[in-house]
Amino acid sequence: MKNKTLVAIAGAVVGITALVLVKFGNPANMGLCIACFLRDTAGGLKLHGAAPVQYIRPEIIGLVLGSFFVALSGREFIPKAGSSPATRFVLGFIVMIGALMFLGCPLRMMLRIAGGDMNAIVGLVGFVAGILVGIFFLNHGFTLGRAYRVNKGEGYVFPIIQVVMLILLVGLPGLLLFSETGPGSMHAPIALALVAGLVVGGIAQKSRFCTAGGIRDAFLLKDFTLFVGFIVVLLVVAIGNLALGSFNFGFEGQPVAHTDGLWNFLGMALVGIASIFLGGCPLRQLILSGEGNIDSVITVLGMICGAAFAHNFAMASSPEGPTVNGQIAVVIGFIVVVAIGFLNIQRSAGKGDA
Amino acid sequence: MFIDARGYGCPEPVLMTKKGLARNPEGLDVLVDNNTAKENIKRFAGNQGYSVNVEKQNNDFLLKITK
Repeated sequence: MKNKTLVAIAGAVVGITALVLVKFGNPANMGLCIACFLRDTAGGLKLHGAAPVQYIRPEIIGLVLGSFFVALSGREFIPKAGSSPATRFVLGFIVMIGALMFLGCPLRMMLRIAGGDMNAIVGLVGFVAGILVGIFFLNHGFTLGRAYRVNKGEGYVFPIIQVVMLILLVGLPGLLLFSETGPGSMHAPIALALVAGLVVGGIAQKSRFCTAGGIRDAFLLKDFTLFVGFIVVLLVVAIGNLALGSFNFGFEGQPVAHTDGLWNFLGMALVGIASIFLGGCPLRQLILSGEGNIDSVITVLGMICGAAFAHNFAMASSPEGPTVNGQIAVVIGFIVVVAIGFLNIQRSAGKGDA
Repeated sequence: MFIDARGYGCPEPVLMTKKGLARNPEGLDVLVDNNTAKENIKRFAGNQGYSVNVEKQNNDFLLKITK
């Protein structure tokens, strides 16, 4: 079971990295969070005005570049595009609306569970429910269609943008915003965060680690390969938190979290459905963007745009709880996602070329 | 039976194979264009008791799935 071993190693690396990043300054239970970090990056670039969450996160830069380098060396850098890009942009946007309702992507949900935050268990139940709805559509022929090969240059664009981000962060910080208080002000040193991103990006590319894929394959194909990664992350981080004294069991007073169960459930359910339609969780989308998957680049841009809108229009939750705007946005998100589900059912799916 | 699963994202190539095998239990050929799909289909078909023969075709892989 070579594949399972690789996924297990990836899970361990993700878990240890998350613990180390928190130890060196990242917010609690937020060693790695794709939604939070894309949101912080959007803030650092002045795309939204929420002062506590503005910082170009080097982890994001590292994840994309780590995937890019490992994909290049493994001959898996294959630029392709054209699988319903506009729909993917909207799905990425919706993933962010759901994640910022809950306050975390599926990876942070796992880190929160492993930190004893029981609100995240409610989120997990929602996430699984969303995945099951997504599987229902998959079984009825849902597809976003075929992608086609494009020039190598197209695949270099997003990794190069990450290099530009790094140059901005290190060389021209005066152009950017940096949170002085709140989660955005809490971060590990740039070099450490960058290396952490590179390492996780590389091993995630190699292993195809995916939080949504693990649960999906277990239900859909009775294949537990990716699910192993899910379990290993939970175990490693839980043990780490217990050892470091940062395990804090309960619902109340959890770091960067709120206790509204219904909306924690609904937020992650929305992330679950949209992630299945996209073919992977937010982390996986970042990794694919480094492999030259332009549809995933568009998805990531949708997530960044969604994060900016979420904060500009008061749709993101805070530790005090969800906002009315956020609740309305999540409900609209469900309507849009279900509409996307029905609009993309292809009766002939499985027969080959359309 | 032949399925062209090139260009489809995860998990569609596996699902196409699963549906194909439901209709053609004797086996079939699947064409994919990336390692992930190749490995996923090999694993799925292997778990179902099929043997899979991989043929490299330029940038693609032809998977011959047989009982």
